[in-house]
Amino acid sequence: MAGNEVKELELDEDTQKDKYLTFLLGAEVYGIEIKFVTEIIGRQAITEVPDLAEYVKGIINLRGKIIPVIDVRLRFKKPLVEYNDRTCIIVVDIKNVAVGLIVDTVAEVLTIAEQDIVPPPQIQNGGSQRFTKAIGRVGNDVKLLLDCDRLLGDEEMADLETPVG
Amino acid sequence: MSNQQVEPMLEMYLFETKQLIEQLEQIILNSEKADEYCPTDINEIFRITHTIKGASAMMLFDNIAGLAHSFEDVFFFLREEKPQNADCSKLSDLILEGIDFINAEFEKIGSGGDADGDATSLTLGVKDYLDCLKKGNSASPKAELPDMSAAKSQHYYVSQQKPFSSGKNFFRATVFFENDCGMENIRAYTIIQSLQDVAADISYIPDNIMEDDSTVEIIHRDGFQIFFATNQSLAEMQEYLAKTILFGRFELIDSVAISTEKQVCRPKEIIMEDPPVKVPNKEPVVADKDSHTAGPQSMISVNVDKLDRLMDLVGELVISEAMVTQNPDLRGLALSNFSKAVRQMEKVTSDLQDTVMSMRMLPLAATFHKMHRIVRDMCKKLGKEVELILTGEETEVDKNIIEHISDPLMHLIRNSIDHGIEPGEEREAAGKPLRGRITLEAKTAGSDVVILIKDDGRGLNKNKILGRAREHGLVHKPEEELSDKEIYSFIFAPGFSTKEKVTEYSGRGVGMDVVVKNINSVGGLVLIDSIPGAGSTITLKIPLTLAIVDGMMIKVGENRYTIPTTAIKESFRPRESNIVIDTDGNEMILLRGECYPILRIHRIFGVNTQVTTFTEGIVVMVENESDTFCLFADELIGEQQVVVKSLPPYIKTMRKVGGVAGCTLLGDGSISLILDIGGMLKRAQEYT
Repeated sequence: MAGNEVKELELDEDTQKDKYLTFLLGAEVYGIEIKFVTEIIGRQAITEVPDLAEYVKGIINLRGKIIPVIDVRLRFKKPLVEYNDRTCIIVVDIKNVAVGLIVDTVAEVLTIAEQDIVPPPQIQNGGSQRFTKAIGRVGNDVKLLLDCDRLLGDEEMADLETPVG
Repeated sequence: MSNQQVEPMLEMYLFETKQLIEQLEQIILNSEKADEYCPTDINEIFRITHTIKGASAMMLFDNIAGLAHSFEDVFFFLREEKPQNADCSKLSDLILEGIDFINAEFEKIGSGGDADGDATSLTLGVKDYLDCLKKGNSASPKAELPDMSAAKSQHYYVSQQKPFSSGKNFFRATVFFENDCGMENIRAYTIIQSLQDVAADISYIPDNIMEDDSTVEIIHRDGFQIFFATNQSLAEMQEYLAKTILFGRFELIDSVAISTEKQVCRPKEIIMEDPPVKVPNKEPVVADKDSHTAGPQSMISVNVDKLDRLMDLVGELVISEAMVTQNPDLRGLALSNFSKAVRQMEKVTSDLQDTVMSMRMLPLAATFHKMHRIVRDMCKKLGKEVELILTGEETEVDKNIIEHISDPLMHLIRNSIDHGIEPGEEREAAGKPLRGRITLEAKTAGSDVVILIKDDGRGLNKNKILGRAREHGLVHKPEEELSDKEIYSFIFAPGFSTKEKVTEYSGRGVGMDVVVKNINSVGGLVLIDSIPGAGSTITLKIPLTLAIVDGMMIKVGENRYTIPTTAIKESFRPRESNIVIDTDGNEMILLRGECYPILRIHRIFGVNTQVTTFTEGIVVMVENESDTFCLFADELIGEQQVVVKSLPPYIKTMRKVGGVAGCTLLGDGSISLILDIGGMLKRAQEYT
């Protein structure tokens, strides 16, 4: 199944090129490449699983498929806000791993041409810096484009090793 | 193992040949027990070895083919000459060794390696045996047995003239032309022309080479196949063809091998079996074979992945059914027709579920029969006499589970023979029959399969175990308080062995803990009991299937958890007066004079809940092999069969979640975690 989807995605490469799904955390706008996005769903009942990193909220049932969900706020070490009606879960499929990303709200799908994308400035201020792959300019606005691999990745697992909870 | 990478043809070969090997092993063991090879068995063995030979030669596993060929020779001789001086046990040894060799090669092939083992010494051993037989049977020198050396030295295995063919030899040659030689069809035609000088009954595929130019491609792709009959021997034909065929290579196979080949690669060869193909005058053996293959055609082999997928889908169907029928929108409505339809649907889905489950079920027989071999080998090595009795081998268990219990069973049987059963003299002195007895029994009990391994040996030595346990620092309680069962379960501890001497089979102290680990991994239990001097019994309690579990649903805070019913002893609401708290703050409950620790689930999993006083919640007493303890939850929701799903791989790779065996979907679409009792205890110990 997953293989098929990937193939379709490859076929659709052209139409998906330069397209980004943007979402909000507070006032900041983030974008992820559209090819990773499977679907967007509303808030779900989340089942807690012990022993996980703090930002992994638990697992949800997506039509019989059980997938983990990550709170992007917590992932970026931002303060947690109550989930509300606008809270969304973006289901992404990265290297055949389906994961839900909890975000404040989903904004829109934007086309950002390659020449408008610049690498992030090299400032070592930690925080969400390392998740930013590039910065896209749309008019006068700036969108932070996220590196999905890093978002899920376990590079920093080492320093998170002390179990939470 | 990377099954996906094994190409279909090879997979088919491995699958079918493995079955044949198992069959062969069984016959050999039975015959050895009876101390004779009866004609039907000999025929059967001959047929099996012949098929293995043909299939292996086709797949170019020359070492396997050569070995099978040597077996075939022996049994051919036995069949035709019926010698009186055959040494059964030596023959059995030889063949069983051969079977081991082939199995080892399969292991290599299956994991993507080459079958590079050297069977020469085995083949020579078999040949020597055959020579001995022949000498002893020199009264009938007319037996024309195939020449072994030819089979060994050639790259493509080719069997020799069979005495039962009607004077002529039938061959199949497959010719592959070099890539750029061109005009393949014309070249093929020339071969046919020149063959006509020495052979008759020539037919070939594709058959319209001169009329149809498109055959060039077919020849190029599949090779040009010629069937013919000739009076010449194989070696002569080899030479002849080598001279005739330029710009290409060819394979020459006798027609008996052709028929075997067809059996093995049915799916691929169908295209080639168009009417013009004439396999001239089938020999009696071929006919025999056909009648054998006619039986199993009502069976098909299906990839287990597909079955798993089907199983998943049925599980989802059951859940979505519950979502429809228990939909909150329907509440309070009187819908008599709807309920009728629902009942109908429930019946169908539950039938469907049963059927899918039964598809995955396999009888334990194959696993049990493997034990005969182990008993036999060990008895020979250790000089003990042990009889293995199997009962209930028709009991069916999920395929996944069968794979997990074969190794533990082997360990347990070995242990029983090595540790349990005494040497002959000791047995006689104790007034027991000389022959030891091991009973392997399987039966279903509810949704579990119970497997008993019973021996009538010396039983477990309590003092010795206790002594060793003390040395290993395993005893945490005053010794007089330990029950027999507790003492016996020390042998499940890693590295534990009371055997002073390490033997080939046991005594290293690895084994019992591996047994427990393996059985636990399929959700089973290992129990042990023993009567000194009269033997010991090991009981394996294993769920029928992994996919569906009977569970008790409990609630803690907002979360719901499922405890496998097999682990639950009882559940109750505790009374204040029964709660004991020791000086370290460990909470315990006194029940019928026994004290059990209480683990608070909300504390172990770090869940928020309103219910924190014992008297407001519920206590569930659970057990695994060694421990009995209580879990404290908010409330019981009820008992339910649940479809087990594993946690998402993302979570599993990130961190090992202790105390959680998996998860399941509930009727309302929410998720419940399935608790792993052993893991809970470990968590609790780490926590404190």
